[in-house]
Amino acid sequence: MAEENILSEKEITEIREIYSHFPLKSAACIEGLKVVQKYHRWVSDKALKELAAILEMSPDAVDSVATYYSLIFRKPVGRHVILVCNSMSCWIMGYEEILAFLKGKLGIEYGETTPDDRFTLLAIPCLGTCDHAPALIIDEDLHRDLTPNKLEEILKKYE
Amino acid sequence: MERPLTQHIKNDGTWLNLKEYEKTGGYQALRKALSMPPEELTTLVKDSGLKGRGGAGFSTGMKWSFVPMGRKAPTPKYFVVNGDEMEPGSFKDRLLLEENPHQLIEGAIIGAYAIQANFSYIFLRWAYHRAAKAITQALQEAVEAGYLGENVMGSGFNLDMSLHISVGRYMCGEETALLNALEGKRANPRAKPPFPVVSGLFGKPTVVNNVETVSNVPHIIVNGAEWFLQLSKSEEGGTKLYGASGRVKTPGLWELPLGTTLRELLEVHAGGMQDGYNFKGALPGGGSTDFLTTEHLDVPMDFKNVEQAGSRLGTGTITVLDDKTCPVGMVRNLEHFFAQESCGWCTPCREGLPWTAKILDALEDGRGKMEDLDILTFQTRYMAPGNTFCALAPGAMEPLQSALKYFREDFEKHIHEHTCPWKS
Repeated sequence: MAEENILSEKEITEIREIYSHFPLKSAACIEGLKVVQKYHRWVSDKALKELAAILEMSPDAVDSVATYYSLIFRKPVGRHVILVCNSMSCWIMGYEEILAFLKGKLGIEYGETTPDDRFTLLAIPCLGTCDHAPALIIDEDLHRDLTPNKLEEILKKYE
Repeated sequence: MERPLTQHIKNDGTWLNLKEYEKTGGYQALRKALSMPPEELTTLVKDSGLKGRGGAGFSTGMKWSFVPMGRKAPTPKYFVVNGDEMEPGSFKDRLLLEENPHQLIEGAIIGAYAIQANFSYIFLRWAYHRAAKAITQALQEAVEAGYLGENVMGSGFNLDMSLHISVGRYMCGEETALLNALEGKRANPRAKPPFPVVSGLFGKPTVVNNVETVSNVPHIIVNGAEWFLQLSKSEEGGTKLYGASGRVKTPGLWELPLGTTLRELLEVHAGGMQDGYNFKGALPGGGSTDFLTTEHLDVPMDFKNVEQAGSRLGTGTITVLDDKTCPVGMVRNLEHFFAQESCGWCTPCREGLPWTAKILDALEDGRGKMEDLDILTFQTRYMAPGNTFCALAPGAMEPLQSALKYFREDFEKHIHEHTCPWKS
């Protein structure tokens, strides 16, 4: 029996719609990876191969793009992704204290996911909110002027 | 004091929608522009002295003037807005993107008309979710109002404008790397020449302009080149979005005349240093600029004067180093950033930056030797402009070379005391 495809008809239609606006199908590579990630949270090898076939690219070519960009996840991530700004202004304003609190509270290191699949902890360079450092993003929510106490409350909002 | 870019920003948590923007005179510049020959617009922008606000400071009108024009020019042409602001310490474009998206869109339509481009992209960094929502809504409103799409305002000019949201890489801010990203590829820089104005997106003529640069365009069209020139305190025209972060009393962002001094920024607008902290130095415009110190406080913050002081205006958003923060640690943080964000395309950058970061790690941990300072100095020469494919590595060397110059004794202390003096 043929193995079931990971990408749904809906996803494939979305990907086709994107490349219809470009001179080349491969121009939809980044956008296609975003579509896969939107539905699956991350890009598995199998999904990547299916995307490559749609875009008429080799899986390696798609992977070279996928691994280049820091916000395309090639490993599974938790329900909520925490991106901690580790850049200059946040470092000056106490990012290390925020990171230490998070690591202690969640019991994980950078790149890891909590055993209950709730949080993945990642670093991100400058969030462009340096006047409100230290800062981080959880999913799409920006949290600024952080202190460990504030963060304790913030984490409760994400189940 | 006139603040054309920010005067209408509401600060109530909502961005200016189409109706509100029109009430402030919005889209009148476009109406005027469409009645002018495209080349005349380019001349007007050139005469205004507008220089690119993304960091490089190249004449915007000049860049537009290099695009092939006329019936024999290659088509389609593209006008791209660079909204990939990701330089550590820079946060100026976020305000314009989030609060006044129509001002940016109007500027981009005028820019596209000036070079006769029928396609335009706003390239936005992933982290700016609020900006993405504002721009998406504004683009829809502009299409519905007839400012975008087929036959813009009945002029016969067609323009399709889309938002591209990036997936995170500092390199995307480099204009040729940005074009590769728009083509769905890895954001490696391209060899120049040919320059994008001749061969850019999909090999066609393309202008890439920064968000703040483009946002200035409608005001220049309505008020003229002379008006723009007199906004400034220096010979370079216009206002500038300046900002400050670090241990100052009121970190923030302000639109001020170009040429405002570092002292005024620090003492008046940023409110001076926080109690218990003293000023030690500042990066004037992002992580890839050289430190300025107390001797430079009266330098007017424009392209020419900051360069004469041995640094670059860059993005004009300053990061302040105080006397209780380790300068070696600050540079180490930056070099780790640049090493991580190197695209790996050319050897000096791919190999040189991680080496630099490792030496700084050793200094920080008390494992440093005096020879390390020589190696660091060599690196600043090996990765100087002209020795690498693009400006990432030379930019990374700017804070390092100036830190070695101004804070050398702090580096030496790490070596002699076998630890970071700020930690002990």
